[in-house]
Amino acid sequence: MEGFWAAFFPVLRIWFTCVVVLIMLPAMFGISLGITETYMKLLIKSLEWATHRIQRASRAEEILKHSASNGLIQRDNSSLEQEIEELRRNRPKSAERGDFTLSDVLYFTKTGIESIVEDDVTQRFTSEELVSWNLLTRTNNNFQYISLRLTVLWGVGLVVRYGILLPLRITLTAIGLSWLVIGTTMVGFLPNFRVKGWLSELVHVMCYRICARGLSATIHYHNKKNRPKRGGICVANHTSPIDVVILANDSCYAMVGQVHGGLMGVLQRAMERSCPHIWFERAEMRDRHLVTQRLRDHVNDKTKLPILIFPEGTCINNTSVMMFKKGSFEIGGTIYPVAIKYDPQFGDAFWNSSKYSMVSYLLRMMTSWAIVCNVWYLPPMTQQEGEDAVQFANRVKSTIAQQGGLVDLAWDGGLKRAKVKDSLKEQQQKKYSHMVVGDDSSD
Amino acid sequence: CVCVTVSHSQITRLYSRFHSLDKGENGALSREDFQRIPELAINPLGDRIINAFFPEGEDQVNFRGFMRTLAHFRPVEDNEKNKVLTPGEPLNSRTNKLLFAFRLYDLDRDDKISRDELLQVLRMMVGVNISDEQLGSIADRTIQEADTNGDMCISFNEFTKVLEKVDVEQKMSIRFLH
Repeated sequence: MEGFWAAFFPVLRIWFTCVVVLIMLPAMFGISLGITETYMKLLIKSLEWATHRIQRASRAEEILKHSASNGLIQRDNSSLEQEIEELRRNRPKSAERGDFTLSDVLYFTKTGIESIVEDDVTQRFTSEELVSWNLLTRTNNNFQYISLRLTVLWGVGLVVRYGILLPLRITLTAIGLSWLVIGTTMVGFLPNFRVKGWLSELVHVMCYRICARGLSATIHYHNKKNRPKRGGICVANHTSPIDVVILANDSCYAMVGQVHGGLMGVLQRAMERSCPHIWFERAEMRDRHLVTQRLRDHVNDKTKLPILIFPEGTCINNTSVMMFKKGSFEIGGTIYPVAIKYDPQFGDAFWNSSKYSMVSYLLRMMTSWAIVCNVWYLPPMTQQEGEDAVQFANRVKSTIAQQGGLVDLAWDGGLKRAKVKDSLKEQQQKKYSHMVVGDDSSD
Repeated sequence: CVCVTVSHSQITRLYSRFHSLDKGENGALSREDFQRIPELAINPLGDRIINAFFPEGEDQVNFRGFMRTLAHFRPVEDNEKNKVLTPGEPLNSRTNKLLFAFRLYDLDRDDKISRDELLQVLRMMVGVNISDEQLGSIADRTIQEADTNGDMCISFNEFTKVLEKVDVEQKMSIRFLH
């Protein structure tokens, strides 16, 4: 037993030195040694080869013909009025009576069955289906044995991911988080000079960079000139808790959130010491007035960092943007929209909180190939004359959706857990009633 | 038995869909599982459509039953393409599509649509926006138009006659993209 430990320690020391020199230090200062680039190139080549094999193996060309939307069925986008008119077309028209026909029901039946086969909302709460396999069994729903070479490649990938990458990433994340706690506490002891703010930002960015390396994250930032400034509010689409790491790699933000216990609580308190963030007690969150007031105070103080908010309120699977809650848009101040789009080929970043706990989610992240994403900083927006908070929110949402190539949905992300509101059904009924009796004025 | 041809990839994807709706992971869907689809929940006839999946008196539908109901919505042309010679009519024939629609009205499954049943379905579709009297007269006129044998109910044959000019094949079909 002792012999084992005697041999193990030097190995451990070498391992640590390697990690620190090759990965951590460059990460902290924002320079790159090119290791990640080489890794990514190798990865892309392997995945292309794998795709090629799969396509060859399936003699049917169905896989190649996948439409861009990866949809299952063809759906008309015509409205209720158009469809019912068409159904009634062949009937002799009679103006005096209530215009109801037995065939009206066909419209509702068809749309109902279509939504059972494929609907716009429930698919946003599970991971996106990939067009071609990326050698992770977790993403392959239709796993079939294709060839020996492919399976071997997958096996090699498995060993690399779990045996080499996973320990490496865990080490890095542990270092990153401990440095965050220690660094921010140390800065917190300094008196309130300008240097303190600068140092605090430095510490934060360094730690997030280490954490990003801990996930093998490759981030491309676009339009850095639109980066959020102090006294503003940054809004972005939400896919996972990692969004915070992704955004904070480039710029410093004040976080908003609930006070947690445990490890999260330690992190939160540490971060609070070096620069002001906004943490709410659970009870305080219910009082919307209080929340808005605190956020407003923060925004009005021009020395404080921009706030980071995710208006969707829940994680969506990065194929669409769902309803933005208007609360963030009632605070006033300039909104800096940011669009985040992950590349699903290298790893699925979506956190399905009903299926995976935070720990198993992080484990999945660390055993993926890599996290590759694009971040677009969009030009700042402010509420215009005659525009209410909801319209403003929708306007910002469309801008983000358009930039990120995401589907712009009006549905509420809360439908992940909650039932849909009755008022939406009543809207449908009202629309149909108009088709039956015409406008109220004609009665 | 179900004698409608569906391609392998379509079955796989529909099974995927069935599985994702099955939150309880017990191989069968309950009415609540369907209700979780927001677009279906806001459909005025959502409950009637969901009901069509469940055989009389049952609360669970397995994948077979799920496919059986969906088979009614296969486009009719596909039968000619595949030249399947089956005994009896395929589920997606015009008659069977009409029968599906008829059963949406026929609440008690006694093969006729009474005035009461028609009223109930109408009420589902219009919500609170039309008064009882107006709805009543609409129902009366509809039955009057359709009823040929004077029993104040609409039988399946009478129903078919009313819809004879409607392009049921197209309106009650779902096209798969691949």
